This record gives sequence, C-alpha cells and structure tokens, in this order.
Amino acid sequence: MPKNEIILKIKDIKKTYHTKKNEILAVDNFSFNLKNGEFVAIVGPSGCGKSTILSILCGLEEASSGTIEMDDNLKFGYMLQSDNLFEWRTIYKNCLLGLEIKSLKDKEHLDYVNKLLKTYGLEEFKNAYPSNLSGGMRQRVSLIRTLATKPDVLLLDEPFSALDQETRLAVSDDVYKIIKRENKSAIMVTHDIGEAVSMADRVIVLSDRPSVIKNIYEIKIEDRKNPIENRQTKEFAKYYNLIWKDIGYHVQSGT
Amino acid sequence: MYSLEHKKFLKKIKTTSILVHTVQIVIIVAIIAVWQIAADNEWINTFIYSSPRAILGTIGDLYQDGTLFHHIGVTFYEVILSFILGTIIGVVTASILWRFKFLSRVVDPYLTILNSLPKVSLGPVIIIIAGAGVKSIILMALFISVIVTVINVHQAFISTDSNKIKLLESFKATKSQIFFKLIWPSNFRNMVSTFKVNLGLVFIGVIMGEFLVSKAGVGYLIMYGSQVFNLNLVMTGIIILAIMASLMYYLIVFFEHKYQK
Repeated sequence: MPKNEIILKIKDIKKTYHTKKNEILAVDNFSFNLKNGEFVAIVGPSGCGKSTILSILCGLEEASSGTIEMDDNLKFGYMLQSDNLFEWRTIYKNCLLGLEIKSLKDKEHLDYVNKLLKTYGLEEFKNAYPSNLSGGMRQRVSLIRTLATKPDVLLLDEPFSALDQETRLAVSDDVYKIIKRENKSAIMVTHDIGEAVSMADRVIVLSDRPSVIKNIYEIKIEDRKNPIENRQTKEFAKYYNLIWKDIGYHVQSGT
Repeated sequence: MYSLEHKKFLKKIKTTSILVHTVQIVIIVAIIAVWQIAADNEWINTFIYSSPRAILGTIGDLYQDGTLFHHIGVTFYEVILSFILGTIIGVVTASILWRFKFLSRVVDPYLTILNSLPKVSLGPVIIIIAGAGVKSIILMALFISVIVTVINVHQAFISTDSNKIKLLESFKATKSQIFFKLIWPSNFRNMVSTFKVNLGLVFIGVIMGEFLVSKAGVGYLIMYGSQVFNLNLVMTGIIILAIMASLMYYLIVFFEHKYQK
C-alpha cells in the first residue's frame, strides 16, 4: 500500500448503550479517514466513549448506525490498557497467543516473532515469565504479541495508563519507535494531551458525552523527532494549549 | 556469609518453629495420658468413654482377625472414587454453565436450593433408587460434593479477568479457545483449593452413606459398634477416621505444593 493512501473511511458512526433504566448516547456523528502510515490520536475527557470507537473498529462491538469502509484484507491489532500477559505462559508463548488463536503458527510468523523479540531486546527473556519483567518490558511484550499477527492498523486503547509517570514517557517513546519502524498505521485513544500531541500526526478532540468531534489538529512540528524530544518544541506547547481549551478541563471556580 | 544479625534472625525462626511443634506434641500426649489416667482411676465411665489402652487393644484385635485394613480399604476406595467422580462431574457441569449463560441463569435457583438442602435427607430416597450397597454410598457422597464444586468452580470461571477475555476476542477467538487458553489455565490454582474442600465433603458423604447402608468400612464399624453397645469400637472408628483425614489432607497439600511451582 502506498503511503498516505486512505485505508479506512469511518462515516457517521453512532453508538447507543442500553441499560434497564435508560439509553446513553456514547458516540455521535463520528467520521474520519485514516491514511496509510498515519498515527492518529483521539483525546477527550475520561469516560466520554473514546474506547467505544476502537471496539467498533475491531469488531468487538457493533455501531448503532454509520458505515466503515475499508479493504477486506485490512487487519487490526488491538492493544489494551493493561498488558494482560498470561502469567502462566512464558514471554515467548505470550507472544504466540494471537498466532495460536488465528492458526497462524507457520514459519513465516514464528520467524517474525523471533525477529521482533531480538530487535527489541527481549530475546534473553524468551523463557522467563511475565512476573520477572518490569512494567515497561511487559508493555513491549504486549506490543509484540499484537504485532505478531501482522496487523495493518494498531488500535491502542490508553496503552500507557497503567504505568507510572516516568516509565510512561519512556515506554510511549519506545512503542512509538517500534510502530514507526514496523511501518504501521495507528489509532490511539488517550486522555493525556501531552501523549497525543507528542506522538500523533493528527489529533482528534472529542467532547464530553455524547462524544462528537470538536476539532481535528494536524500536528505540524518542524524538525519532528521522537515523542520525548517533540515535547521540547514550541509547537508542542501551542497544540497542548489549544487542545486543553477545547476539552475545557477547568477547575470549577467556587460558587 | 550471613551477618550476625541475620544468623540471630534465622535462629529465632527455627526456635519458634521447634517450640510450636513441641507444644503440639505435648498437647496430644497430655490428652491421651489424662484420658488413660481418668479411665484407670474410674473418674470416667470407661463403658461410654473407652480408654486409649482399650482402643489400642481393639485396633490390635481388628488387625489380628484381618478386618482392620479391609474396613479402611473399603472406606478409602469409596472416598477416592467419589472424589474423582465428583470432581469430574462438578468441573464439567461448571464448564457447561460457563459456556451457556442462559442455562446458568435458569438453574441458578435450583442450585441454591440444592446447596442448602441437608443432603442426608435424601438418604432414604437414594437407598430405594440405588439399593443397599456401595452405589448408594457413592451417590450420597456425590450429592454432597458436586453442588458445591459446581458453584465454586463456576464462580471462579465467571470472575476471570474480563480484559483478558477482551484481548482474546480481539484476536477473534472462539468460545472454546477462550476456555482452553484462558479460563481453564487461569483457574487451575483456584480449583486445587476447591478440591481440598471437596475431599472433606466426600469424606463426610461416604461416612454418612456407610451409616445408612454398608457391610464394611470405618463408618460401618462405628454404626455396628453403637448398635451392639461396644463403645470401644465406636471410639476406635473415630480415631481411625481422624488419622485417615489428616493423611488425606497432607496428600492434597503435597499436590498443591507440587503444582504451585
């Protein structure tokens, strides 16, 4: 697929949740196109229904209305909030989980997993168990597990929120580099504005529930590098403030 | 090399542990001694309360006429058979309930009622259906253990981390893949503790069954003893049961340790 070609067209997605007492409109009128190789971040207040969009894309949930246009062969890889490694499986076996389920344990895929483990410094931990690894390394294993099935688009659902602040910066940098190096497109949901601006090519800002698109920013950083370095640029501060105002995280000023 | 402080620390742990064991032994020896002395001085009625020496004598008699190990063997066989059957039936039922949520909602009140029903009340019905034999005893033990196993194992199955299920679903896993890759292995440890409870329940069921119908077994010894007013035999039966129970407990603990490595 050529770079920048549109690979995914999402149009007018709407999602309603039903409970016994009432129905809740979680997402309304959500449309956007994803280009090949692009990294898109979706930010919005906590609990606004951001994750719903990823679940719909991945086929875990059905949209109430709206269309998703994409190539039938387009494959998604889902990375969840916590690493969800299986404690009773070795690191290597954890990485093979997706392949086992999709019956893809052939030489090509196994070689790919081995290559990923080697490239990202986990080869010597292949036979270790998850409890022996640090939070950052576990997250890397979780990414390799997702990459193993060779998805075209990665769906990242608050992938760093279970980590403490310092690890979080390092791991997001790490994950970003891996995604770029493996040439994947990605859609990341987060409530962390800094994370979104420093990693993404485009940031979609959602409103509080029902989530509608408030703004879309092309993040243009001159001299774009890695997320941690991007945070030092003056553009970072500019976008950060714009999005901050959009979301309106303001402290209630007394009564 | 350990520091002096660490050596002291280790020594303290060891001393405490020895002390605990010593006190435990002293207590059991004291109980036996007081019991015997009370019997010898006729502070207690030995016809009712028996005495350690008389119990030892009864065990010796049983051993000499060759029935001691026969009775123990029968009870042991019934316990093991019921335990294996009960565990298999319980776990399979729990798996089916996990797979079919609708069914699990339907049977939920019935399980609750069966669980609180005193199973011994089913005794007469069981005897009529299965006859006065080993079959009835095993059925009794199963009634007592299976319901609890089903409820506990099913509860463990449905409280499996939903994020891990979501992860598998994102790989488009089927229900059976979710079961064998996640539900089963992640609950294996919980199940060992359920088995511990189960073994105890099966034991109760078997003795209860032997009280109702039996021609052999430790429960039979106790029942027979009480019917012919041979309280020595009753006490002997109880002591044998206590020894069997502790042996089986340590057997499970042994397996538990083995699987937790």
